[in-house]
Amino acid sequence: MGYTQEMTESINKVEAARAANTALEPRRMTAEEKDKLLEEYHPDYKSKEFELLKMGPNKGEKVPHELAAVLQAHSRISGKSIDLSNPDYDVDVLIIGGGGAGTSAAIEADNNGAKVMIATKLRMGDANTMMAEGGIQAADKPNDSPAIHYVDAFGGGHFAAKPELLSKLVCEAPEAIQWLNNLGVEFDKSSDGTMITTHGGGTSRKRMHAAKDYSGAEIMRTLRDEVLNRNIPVVDFTAAIEIIKDDKGAAAGAVLLNMETKEILVARAKTVIIATGGAGRMHYQGFPTSNHYGATADGLVLAYRAGAKLLYPDSLQYHPTGAAYPEQIFGALVTEKVRSLGAKLVNVNGEVFMHPLETRDVAAASIIRECSSRGNGVHTADGIGVWLDTPMIELKNGEGTIEKRIPAMMRMFAKYGIDIRKEPILVYPTLHYQNGGVDISADGMSGVENLFVAGEAVGGIHGRNRLMGNSLLDVIVFGRNAGKHASAKSKDVNVGKLTLDHVSAFEKELAEAGIETELVSPKLLPVYTHGNPRFEAKNF
Amino acid sequence: MEQMVNVFLAGKKYEVPSNLTIMGAVEYAGYQLIRGCGCRNGFCGACATIYRVKGDPELHACLACQTKVEDNMYIAMLPFFPLEKKLYDIEKIKPTEQIMMQLYPEIYSCIGCNACTKSCTQGLNVMQYIAYAQRGEYEKCAEESFDCVMCGVCSSRCPAGISHPQVAMLARRLNGKYIAPKSQHLEDRVEQISRGDFKELIESLMNKPLEELKELYNTREIEK
Repeated sequence: MGYTQEMTESINKVEAARAANTALEPRRMTAEEKDKLLEEYHPDYKSKEFELLKMGPNKGEKVPHELAAVLQAHSRISGKSIDLSNPDYDVDVLIIGGGGAGTSAAIEADNNGAKVMIATKLRMGDANTMMAEGGIQAADKPNDSPAIHYVDAFGGGHFAAKPELLSKLVCEAPEAIQWLNNLGVEFDKSSDGTMITTHGGGTSRKRMHAAKDYSGAEIMRTLRDEVLNRNIPVVDFTAAIEIIKDDKGAAAGAVLLNMETKEILVARAKTVIIATGGAGRMHYQGFPTSNHYGATADGLVLAYRAGAKLLYPDSLQYHPTGAAYPEQIFGALVTEKVRSLGAKLVNVNGEVFMHPLETRDVAAASIIRECSSRGNGVHTADGIGVWLDTPMIELKNGEGTIEKRIPAMMRMFAKYGIDIRKEPILVYPTLHYQNGGVDISADGMSGVENLFVAGEAVGGIHGRNRLMGNSLLDVIVFGRNAGKHASAKSKDVNVGKLTLDHVSAFEKELAEAGIETELVSPKLLPVYTHGNPRFEAKNF
Repeated sequence: MEQMVNVFLAGKKYEVPSNLTIMGAVEYAGYQLIRGCGCRNGFCGACATIYRVKGDPELHACLACQTKVEDNMYIAMLPFFPLEKKLYDIEKIKPTEQIMMQLYPEIYSCIGCNACTKSCTQGLNVMQYIAYAQRGEYEKCAEESFDCVMCGVCSSRCPAGISHPQVAMLARRLNGKYIAPKSQHLEDRVEQISRGDFKELIESLMNKPLEELKELYNTREIEK
């Protein structure tokens, strides 16, 4: 084990205080305290990390530097001539992305009788949905209601959600759970069928449904199996690199790139759904991420270049508990369910410094404060963090709880010799979720006719912070919603002549804005060289 | 100075830092992965890998993103393994013993060698869950196989040609849909919503002035 002396000494203090800390019910922060904390410590408030866009639908608005670079970059097809007259694929609904939202959309569009196709740059199911651990919210208990869910999410998102999207999210949540259950998703239930539900940060009722701590994986593998059963065509290892429009200005397909052979393909469609997911692999502000390898904001780039407006692209979620030790899993997600089950956050001195179930932005800011100005962080060989005292879970709920309820967490740390039933784990915030994204109306359509967006690529469902369990919910509710509306719409569409004129217009605007860059986008995949001096010297 | 070890990627030798995972080592060596890399967190099964350590006959299987390199490791990534996935209509099948016989009859050819269990990257008792599937005990099969990431290493080692992850997938869906008890409170709530019971309440919230909503949020009662 590579614990530093400081870590070992601190663990002793954590152990000594454990019984008292387990019994403690820490005070929740007031609204004023939270506002002040966020302003001083949350990464979204660091103005030097942002810049104003010089062009495009959101010109003049601020976004992280890394996002500005890909939004204001060259197209991957600039200077290439693409033959649009003989499409390789011709479908009713083209879905870009094979995660939770894309597959949900595909199933509903298929139910509607549409000819559907999924194009996805890695495999179907390679998505953040697969990695969601903690659970999915739905107000289906007698002491709860969609209205209470609405207030929790609206407040937790700093009152910035679009009401028509949020009301859809909460009102369709129970049906989403029922839909998944009917597809065969195994939710944790007691013997009489009652769903076992817990709190998440910022929830006022216990409405977190789970499948152990493989909630997203269980949902994703079931949706994938269903897409396969229906024989819906999935073109995998194939990324969309540009939206195609028709001469009426509506979305009408996409230019695709085979990730391995680099062949360019053309898909023509009556309607298009962007379901490309999040952006953790952009590593905003140098943060590690809990996200999937392919989470590179591609959908935002595609939509932006096609003329769609983004909403809250400056708002990111840093999950408070990324693994800070060992270094092999640095930044990996430690599910919020660990805190739902009773583990508290403890500083170097063994003190509980906050209520464990504040909203994620508040919890992340609070950990950053503890590790910076307050000087109460625990140092590792090359980092810092605070303890998440997992043994409290079994002290509170009995032996065996960890293996039963969070087996993935137990396994992840056991591989490095850490038994989370007996030892605390060290955590620090990790880049987790893109709160912002493409602005849509309640039918899922962006500002571009026939261009629909679903899942993490959407902005405005949650506002400026998202509650745990509301994104698994959002990919299902808004994935299905986009699938239904895009397939219904496709029945009335006559696709005009295909064109990529908007891409050349974008290039022209780029030049007029005086932007000089060699970067092409979408990014598609990150490059990692792990400090190898042979490659660091080159232009990565 | 960090300690270095030698690893052999598909037979070719590279010197890499000893603290890296296998996935990290492949990238350190200069490869940009397209296949064989997914969630990088042990949930998706994209990075199934088999390896031997020089001088030791034992064949190991692991997820490259979850395993540290060792000196003299001979590494072969297994980014895809052909599994037999049978198509079915979940609405039409029933959780009977016959359904396994119809869709995956090869499970009855299991010779009990236990190679599947020995190779499981998640440490699951694979042969046991296949035994449950043979007997139509889908609830037990579902529970035993629950942590499966469908990487396919078990099937690569099976002399009977069983596609274990697909068998388990079917068992879990049967269990989730047909065998696990129904949630009455869920059915009731869906019914109430479709009747419009909450419509007025939600609409009044959507139209409330911001200050009132803030007050409502900041003073709301939180279930213990």
